[in-house]
Amino acid sequence: MTRLSGGLIDRSQTLNFSFDGKRYQGNPGDTLASALLANGVRLMGRSFKYHRPRGLLSVGSEEPNALVELRSGARREPNTRATTVELFDGLEARSQNRWPSLGFDALAVNDLLSPFFTAGFYYKTFMWPKAFWEKLYEPAIRRAAGLGRLSMQADPDVYDKGFLHCDLLVIGGGVAGLAAALTAARSGARVILADEDFRLGGRLLSETRTLDGAQASDWISALEAEFESLPNIRVMRRTTVFGVYDHGIYGAVEGVSDHLPEANGRVRQTLWRITAKRAVLAAGATERPIAFADNDRPGIMLAGAMRAYANRWAACPSETIAVFTNNDDGHRTARDLAAKDVKIAAVIDVRPDAKARGDYRLITGGMVAGSRGRLGLKSIEVQANGRSEWIECGALGVSGGWNPNVHLFSHHRGRPVWNEPLQAFLPGENGPLGLIPAGAAAGHFSTGDALRSGARAAQRAMGELGIAASLPDLPRAEEADYTVAPVFHVPGKKRAWVDFQNDVTVKDIKLAHAENMRPVEHLKRYTTLGMATDQGKTSNVTGLAVMAELTGRSIPETGTTIFRPPYTPVTLSVLGGGDTGRHFRPRRLTPTHHWAEAQGAVFVEVGQWMRAQYFPRAGETHWRQSVDREARAVRGAVGLCDVTTLGKIDVQGADAGEFLNRLYCNMMATLKVGRVRYGLMLREDGFAYDDGTCARLAEDHCVVTTTTANAGLVYRNMEFARQCLWPELDVQLISTTNAWAQIAVAGPKSRALLARIVDGFDLSNEAFPFMACAELTVCDGLRARLFRISFSGELAYEIAVPARYGHALIERLMELGADLGATPYGTEALGVLRIEKGHAAGPELNGQATALMVGLGSMVSQKKDSVGAVMSRREGLAGDRRRLVGLRPVDPAGKVVSGSHLFAEGAPWKFDTDQGWITSACYSPHVGSMIGLGFLENGDERLGEVIVAANPLEGESARLRVVPAHFVDPEGARLRE
Amino acid sequence: MLIPHPLLGLRDAQEFTYLGDARLIDRPDPSAPDAEAAFCDYVFLRDNPAGVHREFWFHEQGDRSWLVVTRDTVTHEVLGAELARDAALSRTRCSK
Repeated sequence: MTRLSGGLIDRSQTLNFSFDGKRYQGNPGDTLASALLANGVRLMGRSFKYHRPRGLLSVGSEEPNALVELRSGARREPNTRATTVELFDGLEARSQNRWPSLGFDALAVNDLLSPFFTAGFYYKTFMWPKAFWEKLYEPAIRRAAGLGRLSMQADPDVYDKGFLHCDLLVIGGGVAGLAAALTAARSGARVILADEDFRLGGRLLSETRTLDGAQASDWISALEAEFESLPNIRVMRRTTVFGVYDHGIYGAVEGVSDHLPEANGRVRQTLWRITAKRAVLAAGATERPIAFADNDRPGIMLAGAMRAYANRWAACPSETIAVFTNNDDGHRTARDLAAKDVKIAAVIDVRPDAKARGDYRLITGGMVAGSRGRLGLKSIEVQANGRSEWIECGALGVSGGWNPNVHLFSHHRGRPVWNEPLQAFLPGENGPLGLIPAGAAAGHFSTGDALRSGARAAQRAMGELGIAASLPDLPRAEEADYTVAPVFHVPGKKRAWVDFQNDVTVKDIKLAHAENMRPVEHLKRYTTLGMATDQGKTSNVTGLAVMAELTGRSIPETGTTIFRPPYTPVTLSVLGGGDTGRHFRPRRLTPTHHWAEAQGAVFVEVGQWMRAQYFPRAGETHWRQSVDREARAVRGAVGLCDVTTLGKIDVQGADAGEFLNRLYCNMMATLKVGRVRYGLMLREDGFAYDDGTCARLAEDHCVVTTTTANAGLVYRNMEFARQCLWPELDVQLISTTNAWAQIAVAGPKSRALLARIVDGFDLSNEAFPFMACAELTVCDGLRARLFRISFSGELAYEIAVPARYGHALIERLMELGADLGATPYGTEALGVLRIEKGHAAGPELNGQATALMVGLGSMVSQKKDSVGAVMSRREGLAGDRRRLVGLRPVDPAGKVVSGSHLFAEGAPWKFDTDQGWITSACYSPHVGSMIGLGFLENGDERLGEVIVAANPLEGESARLRVVPAHFVDPEGARLRE
Repeated sequence: MLIPHPLLGLRDAQEFTYLGDARLIDRPDPSAPDAEAAFCDYVFLRDNPAGVHREFWFHEQGDRSWLVVTRDTVTHEVLGAELARDAALSRTRCSK
């Protein structure tokens, strides 16, 4: 087949491409579909269930048949509609769901077995034995039925997200959309015009209609030039508005470089979030087929699509065609193709009174009742006036009428309304606020009507926004009436396809009816009608009409078609935008991060933070060696650890003390200036929530710390308490986590080290005792805060300096502390030290523990109210007898595994004999064996008892001795030295 | 969705954290004889109407205001928004 005359393709350039390995040529302006058609390719795919040979049905994003795999390697993209792929040089495409080849598909045997594959087949057949489903049935079905294959590699392309705002969003760049955009743009309003095609014009591009007696393309070009000159309109081609969301927010995907061989550093697609005060839905209409026996052969396509391929792309599937129609529009196809010297074998119109629009054979009151041709149409059976004849033709254009594209209108459960003269659903009254349907999407099918309705919709939108917009002079256009006969399928015994993508036939709908799956929702799920990539764009209304006929009710009584986003498939890649891999969430670095990196630290993710886990030294081959050394350095000399990640909240105001009193379960109002106190917060339901320290820097100024994990949540809850619960208190909050670099200086030599950096500050035990705090200067005038607090049980301090000095401070401390044995330590050693000291942390404060359980029950003040105080006293919590204990293996070489459950010796490992669990475990270099912390029933009364820790996951158990929950300096003498 | 922030104008809902029923503003009196029962209701029972609902939103990625937003949970229409602090100060407190 050679090209016809005319068309909107650039014949001066040739583009090479391949399909199933065979090389072809097309031209700029082609889609993959039009180029294949122009090369005489009719067979483009195999159907989902029966593996029937399939060709193009349509011309746009509604295409159910011609699904192909594009590109290769990691860029392989399955299930792409050939009709929406803009041709580029070097494009590679392959057909799907066939083996060994498209022409000979072994699984076409399914078609012979079709009596077994009707609706509900899976539900009825694969019921038992139950075990067979996962191992046998499902894998076999998945191999047999299916679409394209994923590359199974990471997507190498870049995607982006963007935000746009406008007064009017015009969805669709056809006749109505162009008129709407023109009207609004001339009024000065901010306008966005989006269209999924790569050319503006919509259906105008596919028709021979004139505007003001000239070619429609002249009018489009003039408009494009005017839009180009106006600063207030943004024209977005290759952009699909796929969903309507609340308050005028629209989701759209722009194919930025989908049409290029390589993105070359540009983004592949952009996800736009468009906030529009008003929108005009000018999405046009989609033609629907008429179902008849064997109506799915390659070469049988929608009449409007056949006309579009001929007019816009100068391509036709055959030299001889026929048309089967129930409306006037089908005749246009015959007329336009005849004008391009294509032979018209016949036009079959179901209406007895139909009139010919040109010099062709018209069969009125006729039906197409069958077809022949294994891999492509050869002839059709026409029945009319009681006679039957076979007519030879290589292609058949079918028109069953047009369905307005009401999809976006129904995204907020807007119910479309049935229109009897048009035999179609139209937008009703209850669509998304601010969305005005226009043009063919509103049932205005003639060019003149569409122009006027687009302009008026924009004028109405502008009026609602208080913007004066006058109607532009619109070109004179065709005003033809559209009449359609209510014929949706041709009765017969053989299979007649309704949904091509899911292989749903009229028979399947009859079966669903017979088995009482009659509501449209049941019909869809039982037969799969309207599922997959096309979401029933060409099949839903026909399916509904067949069901209506079977039930003897009208179509609106039978149901409506409701659509959800997205209008067309949206890739997960573009929804992710750039937020994938490392960019999935922010990565926060501590002030000493780069220093730690230079020391060769191994890092660990803690929430968004990267923290140094340990600092391996030369010769250390196992992480335990590093961690043991770091922990020993703290116990024996002095260690340094960046603790900036702990949340820091500045609390200021006359009522700061009273406010904190109500948030912490223990007394805070009595805290003296210059002192620090440990604090425990409860949730309002009485469980332990978060712990930290509160340092009082002044009567009206406190600094509290939170755990790293809860920093954001505690701050949020404190703001809630301040604004919503106790707004009468004079208190202000600000998070200063990022403002201060904080370094723990821990170990017996910590005082000696700090003495070398403070500016004349008395660090003696008398002047600055345990739990003291002060504001001071260090290193000749650097502002700092010093807290004498200890997480390790050793003499220890935490020093804070403005964040930008954190790096310099740790370098200075390491330099000045070299002779003292100053050693950096990471989160692993930090954990070992706190387990040895028996401090509760995240594994203990896991949301299921009470203050009583962690041994802090006495902290819950009975003298005052605080968040969670009342609920902490309820029976279920107050009566919990599990207590935090220390655990040591009876065999010093034995293992302690956190998560193990605790049982009395000899007791079975069952739920009702379970006595608790191990929360934290580590190897303790101080003790010389593994140790653990855990919650144990009546733990405080069982010191010395031997119990069993069961780890059934790994088939292990260990005998452990119950000891007090501190392995180091139980009297707390060291930290007070 | 767009939230009409009383100080900052229309803001995208993505900037906010949602909490739910604004009745959490009425924390029970902890010294009342039936305090435990009242707190049980307060902590565990929330209204979840299909229709007009007053609910808390926290402008976490913004000015850190807690807002009380009146919203129709069926249509998502926002009928109003005020600073929770103002709502808390103006309400009649049943105790204290």
